[in-house]
Amino acid sequence: MSVLTLDALEVRYRAVQAVRGLSLEVHPGEIVGLIGPNGAGKSSTLHAIMGAAPIVGGDVRLDDRSLVGLSPENVARSGVALVPEGRRIFAELTVAENLTLGLAGRRSRTGASDAIDRVHELFPVVHEFRGRSAGALSGGQQQQLAIARALVAEPDVLLLDEPSLGLAPRVVDVVFEALAAIRDRGIAVLLVEQRAQRTIALADRSHVLAGGELRLTLGPEDADDTDRLVQAYLA
Amino acid sequence: MTLAFFLTIDWQTLVDALALGGIYALMAVGIGLVFGVLRLVNFAYGQLVMAGAFALALGSQWNWPTWLSIVLCFVVVLVLSALLDRIVFRPLRGQSPAVMLVTTFAIAFLLQSIALIWFGPLGKIASSLAPLNQPWSIGGVDIRKISIVAIVVTIVCLALLQLLLTRTTVGLQMRAASLDFQTARLLGVRANRVIAGAVLVSGALAAVVAVILTVQNPLVTPDFALQDTIVVLAGVVLGGLNRPIPATLGGFSIGFATGLLGGALPTAQSQYLPTFIFVAVILVLLVRPDGLFVRRAATERL
Repeated sequence: MSVLTLDALEVRYRAVQAVRGLSLEVHPGEIVGLIGPNGAGKSSTLHAIMGAAPIVGGDVRLDDRSLVGLSPENVARSGVALVPEGRRIFAELTVAENLTLGLAGRRSRTGASDAIDRVHELFPVVHEFRGRSAGALSGGQQQQLAIARALVAEPDVLLLDEPSLGLAPRVVDVVFEALAAIRDRGIAVLLVEQRAQRTIALADRSHVLAGGELRLTLGPEDADDTDRLVQAYLA
Repeated sequence: MTLAFFLTIDWQTLVDALALGGIYALMAVGIGLVFGVLRLVNFAYGQLVMAGAFALALGSQWNWPTWLSIVLCFVVVLVLSALLDRIVFRPLRGQSPAVMLVTTFAIAFLLQSIALIWFGPLGKIASSLAPLNQPWSIGGVDIRKISIVAIVVTIVCLALLQLLLTRTTVGLQMRAASLDFQTARLLGVRANRVIAGAVLVSGALAAVVAVILTVQNPLVTPDFALQDTIVVLAGVVLGGLNRPIPATLGGFSIGFATGLLGGALPTAQSQYLPTFIFVAVILVLLVRPDGLFVRRAATERL
């Protein structure tokens, strides 16, 4: 059964309809990619799931429970974690403090230090630089911190908004490898990306979004089928 | 201004100025904490202090023991702060800064008018702590006890606040919320809890300020602490509004300068004191518009 379900989701900012009738499912232990041109509604979809964008129709469900109408903090506290676009780490706080803030989304009162140990294992730099000011980290290290901060909440669903943005190719490898490891932990991952081909190759399914609508769904075997992708982008 | 002007500064004036700097620093922190999480300049802060001062005056009128009057002062200010948060700040959250500022003006006048109706323009006397106005003789210099108490209380309050902000979860969440509230909420930080925490800590500081100010000035009128608030707001802007430490330093500086000038100016010219202070504020802001104690790069564009 899917852990995250979008059912005919409609998102509208005043006059602008950002997402039109989007339905998709994410199961535990799988990565679903959401790709498409700028302004396709990818980020709006993630914000709507988090309760930070106006939903005017359809439903967002975590297991059987609707998330529509919940505040962002309550969505976060029910088991959905977001790695926001541009990382949004707290540059003036230390790396360890950034990680501690991620604990605010935990549902369980116990096990926080185990959760921190596990993300340290996944991202050794976060452990190594824990006493430093987060603003002093490189872009790739900040991205790892942003993912680590989301993971310490031990979410069922992890949403990522363009985690590879502005990163060197070598660092993108680190991030994508981490995503595979996170999938192996049984977490449901919804990945918004600009790097279409890499996303298609990594994800269990990738949905191409354009003009707020789902245009095409591709599997990893379609990673080299650029013709269909280009057509979907241009349609 | 001649050299003689500076020579009139003695130890007593210096200690009094430090004490006033401390009180203003506490008010600056109170205003700065709420600004941090709400982006709201609480112009009604002085009226919270005024309400606390009236509580102390009532306590002494009823011949309550001093400690009970102080408890009443804290209860009144904290309840008022919680009400402000619940009925005013929460519905206004997300409105433009101008709307929120004007609203706090309205609250300030409302509270002042209520005080005027209840207690009259002549005010009341809060005398329970008056003995603290007596001097201590330290090495031949007479220093008012309240000045020493004010300095010690300021240091203790700032140290406790520092512990709260750096060692507790809610403190860390307050700091994160004042840096980037939206991201903090997306991580699961509860907005209502953090804001209520900041408003209540700010209220507790207002109560502390009320206790100290009523010793220095036992006559409590509806405009009690009004001028102090205006000066502190100038000080907070002077230091840099959006960071707690610069705001505190700004509050302290302006209080210290006010105390020093007030003690040094001949009595006949003390009416010009606010003029000197505000001219100094204007000059500083012309040179450093982001605030005296803020690194330029750290300033957030609102």
